[in-house]
Amino acid sequence: MTSTQPRTAGPTEPVKPGTTARRLRSGHGDRGGSLAFRWLATGAGILILLILAAVAVFLVQRAWPALTADPSELSDAISWFPEDTSLLGFVGPLIFGTLLAAAVSLLLATPIAIGIALFTSHYAPRRLASALGYVVDLLAAIPSVVYGLWGGLVLSPIVQPVWEFLGTYLGWIPFFGGVVSPTGRVMMTVAVVLAVMILPIITAICREVFLQTPRLHEEAALALGATQWEVVRMAVLPFARSGIVSAAMLGLGRALGETMAVLMILSPGFLYSFQLLAAGQQQTIAANIAAQFPEANQTGVATLIATGLALFIITLAVNMAARAIVARRKDFSGAN
Amino acid sequence: MAQRIDVKDLNIYYGAFKAVEDVNMTIEPRSVTAFIGPSGCGKSTFLRTLNRMHEVIPGARVEGTVAVEGVDLYGAEIDPVAVRRQVGMVFQRPNPFPTMSIAENVLAGVRLNNRRISKGDANDLVEASLRGANLWNEVKDRLDRPGSGLSGGQQQRLCIARAIAVKPQVLLMDEPCSALDPISTLAIEDLIAELKSEYTIVIVTHNMQQAARVSERTAFFNIAGTGQPGKLIEIDDTATMFSSPKEQATEDYISGRFG
Ligand SMILES: Nc1ncnc2c1ncn2[C@@H]1O[C@H](COP(=O)(O)OP(=O)(O)OP(=O)(O)O)[C@@H](O)[C@H]1O
Ligand SMILES: [Mg+2]
Repeated sequence: MTSTQPRTAGPTEPVKPGTTARRLRSGHGDRGGSLAFRWLATGAGILILLILAAVAVFLVQRAWPALTADPSELSDAISWFPEDTSLLGFVGPLIFGTLLAAAVSLLLATPIAIGIALFTSHYAPRRLASALGYVVDLLAAIPSVVYGLWGGLVLSPIVQPVWEFLGTYLGWIPFFGGVVSPTGRVMMTVAVVLAVMILPIITAICREVFLQTPRLHEEAALALGATQWEVVRMAVLPFARSGIVSAAMLGLGRALGETMAVLMILSPGFLYSFQLLAAGQQQTIAANIAAQFPEANQTGVATLIATGLALFIITLAVNMAARAIVARRKDFSGAN
Repeated sequence: MAQRIDVKDLNIYYGAFKAVEDVNMTIEPRSVTAFIGPSGCGKSTFLRTLNRMHEVIPGARVEGTVAVEGVDLYGAEIDPVAVRRQVGMVFQRPNPFPTMSIAENVLAGVRLNNRRISKGDANDLVEASLRGANLWNEVKDRLDRPGSGLSGGQQQRLCIARAIAVKPQVLLMDEPCSALDPISTLAIEDLIAELKSEYTIVIVTHNMQQAARVSERTAFFNIAGTGQPGKLIEIDDTATMFSSPKEQATEDYISGRFG
């Protein structure tokens, strides 16, 4: 646009020699603004790295006594530390329990979230869609303690017969094997509650991503004679792939770190067990820290912080894995 | 394969706004019909009613009939999805599916109709469609690369290949060359000349020379003013339209004395 317009400075205002050269050099007009923005962005990025580093340093420093201690010292000093076990042997089942809880809840939540998001973005009439979106967002406003109370007192007894049914008829699947707990305070119930908790964030992000599908691509599919579902499959979902992965990873991040709901529902255990319906099988890192911290002595705190370090590393690793997944098919993402 | 289209008393609305008023025309089979007219006169809107793409816009609706070989596309028992499989469309901006490879893009429409196409048939169809769109030689070594990695002109020809792969009866093109350089434009015009032996083609263009070069019939649309509905002023053989149009408005527009 501007390049084709005549120069306004022309005849009325003679250009002093050297002005152009000075203008071209730097520091003029919006260059200053963009420079400030660049510093701000760089500064923010560095700040985040610094915070991450500070957290890592804090965790390592405080966990150091436990990391370097002899296993026998640990079990002597800490009442709940198992005999004849290294620190790794102690953290292992906790990591396992944490990943299991997060994975199962993600498995439950993601398809439902995608379904709700698709319904609100591509199927529902506008009024219904916004009402539904509002209700799902409300789920995010409920504090996790309330989820814990509800899960332990209300949901567990309700779902227990269902778990009983699964155990009886699908018990040959390892996940449903073992003795089904009569209280319902098991990993499966935890996963259901966690799924409800991470549903809003996954749904909200998926919905935004689905709504951003280029009209051009949807019309391309429609013009080929695609039904609404085929439009979703050809244009919407492929476009949203990386967004869905990011949404799921955010949900996973929340599920990994969730404490109260797990603490208040799960009857804990320290086994490498896939049995989701049996009591006393698994425990998560966060819930374990919350449960033991108030009573822990110095060595105990160091040990708990070591488990926290493990959680930190897992969360970082999960996020990096998500990025790798997103980047892998970048060529086909439509970003180019 | 190619079929004749009869449009009768067609009014087109966006909600309460009447965008196009009272169109009557016949589009001949195995020929190219060009739509010309000033911006905003409803060429795209009208074109999109010919394959029921108009109604995907919320609030958009149509009155009147569009009959392909005597069957009204807006009849009660007609499935718009089926209509779009018979009447293909190429858009102004090239829109290959970015997540699909070149070959998958060509097969996209075919896979909707018929999931179980054998690998050999699929390869043959990809080659035939890309040859049909004059693109084969440029992409034959990278069929599994993303379609979005092609140049704009190549992408547009890929979209044409995708549209003709399903062997439609009618092919609608909305300013297919407006984003392309003169060489790609010529390639597509040549392509249109070849395709018209098999398909009924309707093309919207702002380029008068292009209309004169590629079409047998030309329709001129005009609009009285903003907020007014667009109207079909005149449709005739292209040669007649460009030498001795019946309406003064057509002559003014064609000779550049418009507005
Ligand atoms: N999605 C829409 N919603 C509401 N009004 C629309 C929509 N699309 C087009 N219109 C209106 O319909 C009228 C015709 O538009 P249309 O796009 O068909 O014009 P056109 O002849 O194709 O113009 P151009 O040559 O610029 O592409 C215009 O007044 C336009 O503002
Ligand atoms: Mg248009």
